Amino acid sequence: MKLSLEIVRTALRTLRQHKLRSALTMLGVTIGVGSVIAMVSMGQGARALVKAQIEGLGSNMLFVFAGSTTTGGARFGTGTAFTLTIEDARAIQRECLSVALVSYGKRETNQVVYGNQNWNTVITGVTPEYRLIRNWTLSSGTFFTDRDTERATTVCVLGQKVAESLFLGENPLGKTVIIKKVPFRVIGVMESRGAIAGGERDQDDQIFIPFTTAEWKIMGSVLPGYVSIIYASATSNEAIPEAEEQIKELLRQRHNITKDQADDFIIMNLRDIAAFREATGKILTYLLGSIASVSLVVGGIGIMNIMLVSVSERTREVGIRMAVGAKRRDILVQFLVESVVLSCIGGLIGLALGVGGSQLLSLIGRWPVLISPLMILVAFSFSVLVGVVFGLYPANQASRLNPIDALRYE
Amino acid sequence: MPKKELIVVKDISKVYRMGEVEVHALRGVSLKVAVGEFLAVMGPSGAGKSTFMNILGCLDGPTSGEYILDGQKVSSLNSNELAEIRNKKVGFVFQSFNLLPRSTALENVELPLLYSGVLYKTRREKAMSVLWSMGLKGREYYTPSRLSGGEQQRVAIARAIINEPSLILADEPTGNLDSMNAAEVMKIFKELNKRGITIILITHESDIAQYARRRIVFRDGKVTEDTEATLSLREGGVV
Repeated sequence: MKLSLEIVRTALRTLRQHKLRSALTMLGVTIGVGSVIAMVSMGQGARALVKAQIEGLGSNMLFVFAGSTTTGGARFGTGTAFTLTIEDARAIQRECLSVALVSYGKRETNQVVYGNQNWNTVITGVTPEYRLIRNWTLSSGTFFTDRDTERATTVCVLGQKVAESLFLGENPLGKTVIIKKVPFRVIGVMESRGAIAGGERDQDDQIFIPFTTAEWKIMGSVLPGYVSIIYASATSNEAIPEAEEQIKELLRQRHNITKDQADDFIIMNLRDIAAFREATGKILTYLLGSIASVSLVVGGIGIMNIMLVSVSERTREVGIRMAVGAKRRDILVQFLVESVVLSCIGGLIGLALGVGGSQLLSLIGRWPVLISPLMILVAFSFSVLVGVVFGLYPANQASRLNPIDALRYE
Repeated sequence: MPKKELIVVKDISKVYRMGEVEVHALRGVSLKVAVGEFLAVMGPSGAGKSTFMNILGCLDGPTSGEYILDGQKVSSLNSNELAEIRNKKVGFVFQSFNLLPRSTALENVELPLLYSGVLYKTRREKAMSVLWSMGLKGREYYTPSRLSGGEQQRVAIARAIINEPSLILADEPTGNLDSMNAAEVMKIFKELNKRGITIILITHESDIAQYARRRIVFRDGKVTEDTEATLSLREGGVV
């Protein structure tokens, strides 16, 4: 049998003669390939999304949170202590050479009303530099300015999601929303940033107002002059560690922290977060991929199992073929091609299911997926390999049959 | 005029191991068969007929001795070369037909051509014409289970002759057939023999053996009788 197409055709015909068995055998490989593709594309998708979001945040950005408070043994979360002040922020701006811009803010969750619609969201009071540090553009309107801060004007900029939820397609610009009985004029809508996967609340679900307005009119200032978070941007990506060091030094000094005392604040930089999330994503992808690969191997063992059954069942056929002139190699190739054809078809179906399934998952589950051609190629070649590896033993068994015994086999 | 010899067997023996026991299936058989002969091999079960057949058909090699088929020393060939000889020079017909159960008559007949690398179209045409010559027109796409015993054996004969072998080995070809179909099959063998194909037929029915012109009898792994058919039988028109 030198004619390769012929062999494949013969194999297909044989497999067609045992439709149910072939289908069930393929199922193993199908599930294997399908799950490898679905899992890996989910992992890669999540990774890509996290990376994009973190880059979008402004990658040379630093956060300074107030430390946690301890009341009667119960420790509260980061940012609950009142340790950071506006003066701290100004000092950072003044004295830290590696810091370009500084902003500060306060946040509170509150109900917002527009007409007969209302929405529970985060009210964030910040200074105008915030937008620059976050490298965040507006989809319409403008952000508030230093003048608004000085005069504590009641203007606000809506996150994309708030705009959608409150205005239902209406143009929010110039409209008035009410927060804690105070009417605010909408002067802008932020561009969508989405949620950081596994991170804080959806970034689009908040309203920005000038810091002074927040302090005086909304958050009922218990302790004026205190902030919950300071935002800073380093002069460049490379300057992040220096900036971090300078801020730390300055704040320890300003807060009179002695050498053996711990910081009463926490500095986080986005590059570290990005690197950490990236690494986590990678591990996740490998983990998912290897779990799925196990099912592919199990599928391969299924093929081997069925091929062995098939060989012993078709012993007589092997004998007949040998009697009319089939060489050992012809028999070997015949069975090997059968198992490879099985695993190939199984693999192709798995490919379709994996791609389709992960698309469906991204549609229904809102999970980001990334399907790379390389991965498809790898998964498919792996399924072919499974066919060869697990087909080899049964095929070899078949080709080693003694023609006389095989002919006599009942 | 001395005829050309197709088969020369010199002092062949075959020993099987069955666990601890050694079975001497053939104990020094020598035989010559000329081209175009029609030979019947007879003898009781276990006398070594089938073992002898397997060696003649290159399905098995002798433990010792020499076998020359068509001028080629077969006893020293490897399994690939033996496969090639089975493919080109020998056609088998078995008692139990040995057709591939899930393949059509046509596909069964094509099988030897597949292994000699003949292309699809030629293969089909040739198989079709041989099948028709066996009177099986209209049965080309039947699987063996839909054919009668006689028809199945004719498919098997078509398969045996498709590669134009010089030798046909038939092991009890009529054993599973009724007398009418048996006669039909034997008529075909006679026809093939007339066309110059050497036929060796294993049987234990003497009326079937009468179709042959020469008869050998096996007993205990040896040839004990070797007779030419009597003239009277030939005159009687059987041969």
